[in-house]
Amino acid sequence: MEEEWDEDGPEVVKRFMYVNRKAPYGTVYALEMLEKVLIAAAFEQDVHVVFMDDGVYQLKKEQETKGINMKNFSPTFRALEGYDVEKLYVEKESLEARGLTVDDLVVPVEVLSSQDLKALMDKQEVILTA
Amino acid sequence: MLLHTVNKSPFERNTLESCLRVCEDGAGILLIEDGVYGALDNTVVADLIKKRMGNIKFYVLGPDVDARGLGNQTMIDGIETVDFGGFVDLVEKHSATQSWL
Repeated sequence: MEEEWDEDGPEVVKRFMYVNRKAPYGTVYALEMLEKVLIAAAFEQDVHVVFMDDGVYQLKKEQETKGINMKNFSPTFRALEGYDVEKLYVEKESLEARGLTVDDLVVPVEVLSSQDLKALMDKQEVILTA
Repeated sequence: MLLHTVNKSPFERNTLESCLRVCEDGAGILLIEDGVYGALDNTVVADLIKKRMGNIKFYVLGPDVDARGLGNQTMIDGIETVDFGGFVDLVEKHSATQSWL
């Protein structure tokens, strides 16, 4: 059966923001958030993904999880581009507090000050934080 | 002497601070899971551990460091990395274990 949706794109496109504030692996929040992002991407929404506080650690390069028997999901962030999720933002203050720079991250991101992030957040229609 | 284990990020929770507040000199603190972020140098929380270095013995669990991509990051001077076997040895050589959650 033909799906009209696929031909014309989604009927409604909203600005979605996903705010990642948790480190990976210690809790399941980070992984679950990534799944939520992929769902919004499947519905061709206008997805914005923010990493702040310990959430910036989700993007840290060189994750090697064999020793703790968990799946390393950091490569998935590199695949987001393929789902047209290209708006990735990192809060500058969070990076700096942890002694990190964009060179430490697995994907290219836009670095925003808290001030800029505040303005971007204000423009969103749906915001999910974990 | 006690072995304390801390599994929460010091950026997000005050677990490490509370642990340090009631930790006797001579005790051991092993950072595990998200607690390993506390072992990093050049962060806004690094001084928590630096202030007690020399009085308390600090350890960090290597597999948790590697999982989080921190293997090549600068750790605070004096923290010893242990593996799971080393974890067991630490538990065995201390009088009891206080597992902070």
